[in-house]
Amino acid sequence: MDFNHTEDRAMLKDMVSRFIADNYALEARNEIAKGTEGFSRQMWARFAELGLIGALFSEEDGGFGGAGFDIGVLFEELGKGLVVEPFLASAVLSGSVLAQLGNAEQKALIAGIIDGSKLMALAHGEPESHYELSHVATTAVRDGGGWLINGSKAVVLNGDSADLLVVTARVSGETWDEDGISAFLVPADTDGVSVRGYPTMDGLHASEITLSDVRLPDTALLGDTGKAYPAIEMAAARANVALASEAVGLMDVCRDMTLDYLRTRKQFGVPIGKFQALQHRMATVLTEIEQARSAAVNAAGRLDRPRIEREMAISSAKALTGRIGRLVAEEAIQMHGGIAMTWEYGLGHFAKRLIMIDHQFGDVDYHTARFAELSRQAA
Amino acid sequence: MDLNYTDEELAFREEVRAFLDAELPASISAKVKTGKRLTKEDMENWHAILNRRGWLAESWPVEYGGTGWNAVERQIFEDESFAAGAPRTVPFGLKMLAPVLMKYGSEEQKNHYLPRILDGSDWWCQGYSEPGAGSDLASLKMRAVRDGDHYVINGQKTWTTLGQHANMIFCLVRTSTEGKPQEGISFILVDMDTPGVTVRPIILLEGTHEVNEVFFDDVRVPVANLVGEENKGWTYAKYLLTHERTNIANVGANKVSLDHLKYIGRKQKVRGRPLIEDPLFAARLAQIEMELDAMATTNLRLLSSPDSVANAGPMSSMLKIKGTEIRQALNDLTRRALGPYAMPFVSEALDAGYNEEPIGPDYAAPVTQEYFNNRKITIYGGSNEIQRGIITKMMMGL
Repeated sequence: MDFNHTEDRAMLKDMVSRFIADNYALEARNEIAKGTEGFSRQMWARFAELGLIGALFSEEDGGFGGAGFDIGVLFEELGKGLVVEPFLASAVLSGSVLAQLGNAEQKALIAGIIDGSKLMALAHGEPESHYELSHVATTAVRDGGGWLINGSKAVVLNGDSADLLVVTARVSGETWDEDGISAFLVPADTDGVSVRGYPTMDGLHASEITLSDVRLPDTALLGDTGKAYPAIEMAAARANVALASEAVGLMDVCRDMTLDYLRTRKQFGVPIGKFQALQHRMATVLTEIEQARSAAVNAAGRLDRPRIEREMAISSAKALTGRIGRLVAEEAIQMHGGIAMTWEYGLGHFAKRLIMIDHQFGDVDYHTARFAELSRQAA
Repeated sequence: MDLNYTDEELAFREEVRAFLDAELPASISAKVKTGKRLTKEDMENWHAILNRRGWLAESWPVEYGGTGWNAVERQIFEDESFAAGAPRTVPFGLKMLAPVLMKYGSEEQKNHYLPRILDGSDWWCQGYSEPGAGSDLASLKMRAVRDGDHYVINGQKTWTTLGQHANMIFCLVRTSTEGKPQEGISFILVDMDTPGVTVRPIILLEGTHEVNEVFFDDVRVPVANLVGEENKGWTYAKYLLTHERTNIANVGANKVSLDHLKYIGRKQKVRGRPLIEDPLFAARLAQIEMELDAMATTNLRLLSSPDSVANAGPMSSMLKIKGTEIRQALNDLTRRALGPYAMPFVSEALDAGYNEEPIGPDYAAPVTQEYFNNRKITIYGGSNEIQRGIITKMMMGL
């Protein structure tokens, strides 16, 4: 066992951290987030130039990383900067499905993801799927030599900017079956695809996507018919490593801001950090953040373990960072008092993202129940 | 980072398993696994076996007869020991006094006392708390007045764990009332056979004799028994409280307790189905399991991190808080898993050699008493509230 980062990852961490400090101040970030796409194409190109997108792919797929700790290190730093560019949607989610299921020709698209020229989004969740990954009601039926897709996709991250969508659809079985789900590559401008984009509470962009009689060629199918679920689960696992790590980065920022405020804000003639009522709450926050960090480390470090062990670590990380993320966000706001309620002070933007992370790929309750089920299976 | 064991670590684990398999007496592990009480002889016996193997002082440096193990090796040893049903070693000499002597003791003290800790000649207990000095330890009043080559000690210590077995006690005593309370405290070693030392049992709420009051009435202690300098005892006491961080999180013991709770959850039935399938119970169990898994990594991460020494204070406080909270959550859920069978309490059933039919399931007897007994863990060693104060003050620099 080793609890220090490799030299390469330590360098990656430093580089991202410096870049964000120099180029991604909160005001600039909020301006970017307010734009029509919710992120900056120019900034995305610079992240690509720095090689940050490539860090999320294995060498085999044309990147130079792709392991759990590469995702973890990068997203922890992206979290500290509240970065809104589509690392998760394009690289982690779509990239992961493509890398797992794509044939040689399809996988050639990864180069475009890595250099930033191709933007992809994963259209998987549906209006009634809540967090259930196997819930796919969208249908794909044979249509001559190709496919006919009908259905709706919900809260698709960066779906309004993507050139190319990875769309999941059911080819057989019941709505919740893991078997019978296929993944398709769908150019966003295909007839029958309508995308309604919107901003989210935490400054990102998502979209509702309707697929009405969308006709696809056979070459659009990714992998074997009806066998996409394991790849979707793995993509979600990688996304959850990213989200848990991003949450830890956000917690660190909330922690530092709050510690600083407790040291400097005076009431009743003394720094408010002198008050035991606040000291004990802050100590709980500090202790819990270390638990969240450990859970994120466990998930990153076990990403290549056998399925049940991997997924237990994933659910544990998402449940713990969800619970602790809420604790940190709410306590940071409460201990700051009124100033934290303002747009300008900044803390609130970190708190919003921290809370919203719990709504992506399974919340505390979902992952607690899932962990319980996996743990029984493991016994 | 790498969460996988190296080949060397795997080989070490095998070595530990083989040792436990060969050397841990079945009579002792059977008691530990079924929650029976250990006798003084059981504890001394296991202490001697570990010492023969050179694995007693897991956190001591090699030069003093310790193992020199790193954090991962210590965790492997702890995990395997608890899994095999080995008793925990008594910490007062090994983990509390020894580091203080190594850092602040005289050569004579080190040469005399450290080997006696290892070979079991001395059983140490801790003389810190007093009736009027609990969380506010620095307000302690037990006086030591210099009289020639001796200190004359008068006063009282309390919550003295396993003092009934001990022949030696390390004490914080007041040697000055000048200045701040912290500036008049000295650290002194007392032979409990000295005239004037009286030990009286305190029976805990669940009926066990674990702690004691110790009275000192004109007890004459040689000046040579003073550790370090007079009036510097507070520094040594704080060092003691923050230095020993191994096992503070109790990860190994908690893993075993979690497995036992799952076993109980599978045995207990609700409407004919195993309790472990009840969604609410399953969720509570999952919460503990997830916390413990993270705790195991928190423990190793903090103990292995290069700046862990600099952060010794808040770090050991965090480990103590989280480790004890998880332990209490385990005890609580285990008690609740029993339903009405949490109620029967036949104290003799916890003694080895009890041959009556158990009341209810055979795993029920020790559960509730352990729940009550472990209310102590968030109180002792600096209550969790004291730990929270330490964490925030150190992190804020206030």
